[in-house]
Amino acid sequence: MALRRFDIEAGGDSFAFKPETEDKIAFWRAKYPADRQRSAVIPLLWLAQKDNNGWLSEPAMREVADRLEMPYIRVYEVATFYTMFRMQPVGKFHIQLCGTTPCMLRGSESLRDVCKKEIGPAMYVTDDKRLSWEEVECLGACVNAPMAQINDDYFEDLTADSFSKILSKLKNGADVQPGPQIDRINSGPEGGTTVLTEPHLFDGSRNEVSVLPNLPSAEPEADSEGSKALPKEDAPTNTKRETPEAKPGTKTTLLPKKGDED
Amino acid sequence: MLLDKDRIFTNLYGLHSPSLEAAKKRGAWHLTREMLAMGPDWICDQIKASGLRGRGGAGFPTGLKWTFMPKEVRERPHYLVVNGDESEPGTCKDREIMRHDPHLFIEGCMVASRAMRAHKCYVYLRGEYIAERHAMELAIKEAYEAKLIGQDNDNGWDFDIYVHHGAGAYICGEETALLESLEGKKGQPRMKPPFPANAGLYGCPTTVNNVESIAVAPTILRRGAEWFAGFGRPNNAGTKLFCISGHVNKPCNVEEEMSITFRELIETHCGGIRGGWDNLKAVIPGGSSVPMVPAEQIMDAYMDFDTLRDLKSGLGTAAVIVMDKDTDLIKAIARLAYFYKHESCGQCTPCREGTGWMWRVMERMVKGEAEHDEIDTLLDVTKQVEGHTICALGDAAAWPIQGLIRHFRPEIEARINEYRLPRAMVQGAVIAAE
Repeated sequence: MALRRFDIEAGGDSFAFKPETEDKIAFWRAKYPADRQRSAVIPLLWLAQKDNNGWLSEPAMREVADRLEMPYIRVYEVATFYTMFRMQPVGKFHIQLCGTTPCMLRGSESLRDVCKKEIGPAMYVTDDKRLSWEEVECLGACVNAPMAQINDDYFEDLTADSFSKILSKLKNGADVQPGPQIDRINSGPEGGTTVLTEPHLFDGSRNEVSVLPNLPSAEPEADSEGSKALPKEDAPTNTKRETPEAKPGTKTTLLPKKGDED
Repeated sequence: MLLDKDRIFTNLYGLHSPSLEAAKKRGAWHLTREMLAMGPDWICDQIKASGLRGRGGAGFPTGLKWTFMPKEVRERPHYLVVNGDESEPGTCKDREIMRHDPHLFIEGCMVASRAMRAHKCYVYLRGEYIAERHAMELAIKEAYEAKLIGQDNDNGWDFDIYVHHGAGAYICGEETALLESLEGKKGQPRMKPPFPANAGLYGCPTTVNNVESIAVAPTILRRGAEWFAGFGRPNNAGTKLFCISGHVNKPCNVEEEMSITFRELIETHCGGIRGGWDNLKAVIPGGSSVPMVPAEQIMDAYMDFDTLRDLKSGLGTAAVIVMDKDTDLIKAIARLAYFYKHESCGQCTPCREGTGWMWRVMERMVKGEAEHDEIDTLLDVTKQVEGHTICALGDAAAWPIQGLIRHFRPEIEARINEYRLPRAMVQGAVIAAE
């Protein structure tokens, strides 16, 4: 559990949504039933944080509570529960560095050193108010580890070198390119993908079939309630499933056991 | 290796446009009207026959889960809620579906909603996935404009879909915590029963499914249950997105056949283990919550639910975290212990206190600053947390540590000895966990 308290002093005593945010608020509120408007609290707090220089002040929380007709305490407890709501001022570019094991295995600790060197301790805002950083838990881009989220964008496949270059660009107001920082496309393997090269997948020829399989009239014996289709002897791909050679000390039991899940 | 023609997620890497037009060419929204016209029983039977097991980690049969919804809609509407919280360390597959193949996914939501007689669907994304959320909103807009979804759409089943987002809480991947969060509360899991199929979102019948489970459904119906069931060993059917991270030469996401061997998976798609197969130390095969498996047991094992369960681990989300011999395993697991300490929602005492306690002890074990018998104490505490909490986060926090002690106890002991060697005075001193 993370204990989080909000910065009362830095928040001042007023907050107002920007006029252009009103449309977004209406967009979110329209998603939920009229008597369930409380559902919009996280999206609205997020919008409030955007309008408050990247952090959530106490007046901003009250504003959200008033709009959704919620008791203040209910909004406070939501705001302090979710770690993307920041309880103290942050820089113009706030860096969320992923430090969980998959990123750690690929060198996130060296990125942390870069942050400490270039910015300072966690949650410290640089004098020019441009940068701040914190270590967060898994951001869900593990095959592109190590990575960091800077404001809304993911920067992936970082090295200490490429990361400090990005930081200095942000410091100087230069443009940075999100996504993988090495030679790869999104989550494909480095150096180019070897699968999904078949052109027929993309030219519409998959839609030539005009009838669904297993319709009751077309195939009377097809699945009654609860029956299970047995896999065919030959899998449709070229994979031949062979029993791996048992090695001493290996306890690979190959037969499935019945009735485990239900 | 799975052939391209049998891949469901043909735009996994985003090489092509995620737009409606391109998605239709790849096969999405084809024969959807016909599927929906067949009704819930046919859809559920097909999904059951395909052998699809939930892709979110637990592996519960998806078709069966859909049949738990009430057979007729009374005064309370039915809801489909899709879990795109994807916070399990190691896992990054749903992200690719949502940003590169959103139409396949939206179609899946519609088919699944038909199967559970729901007209409304909420998709819960983790808050950090901002680009993914925008991709989803764009695709939903396209689908509304093309009258594929919405009221009086061309597919013949009134259907509205809404994207909702969280704000950085791992626990919201637990289905009842997710519902709480969607209702605008703290994400703290609910007691079960009542199960969501009886009283879920807003107290109405609800089913919560993982993004991948939902996204594969239309393709299964289009190509036939037996096609899907033809992959993998019995009871472990289908194709699956694997996320391979850690010490492989080329980490990547890839769709593969279930029951592919670990060796084939790594050799075919990831360019092998960093430093060669002799350099492999251990693998966490299903996201951080499952225990690790040492190299000699995993090398030729099938990557499926049953094999990995028999290895006292699990397929989980098929997030394969590979660790080579340079890895400090104790430190790797200590970092996971910190993760669970950070993400515990604080509702149940064994988890709230236990995760912090386990993390602090693990941090000392990393340095070797511990007593030998503390290893057993730690193991004992993991057993006391496990199974004594409302949700599975307590179990998930306990298992990685249990896996470490089960397979690499000598390493922990060696670390303690190493620490003591130059500090003879430390011996016998008791260091409190707190």
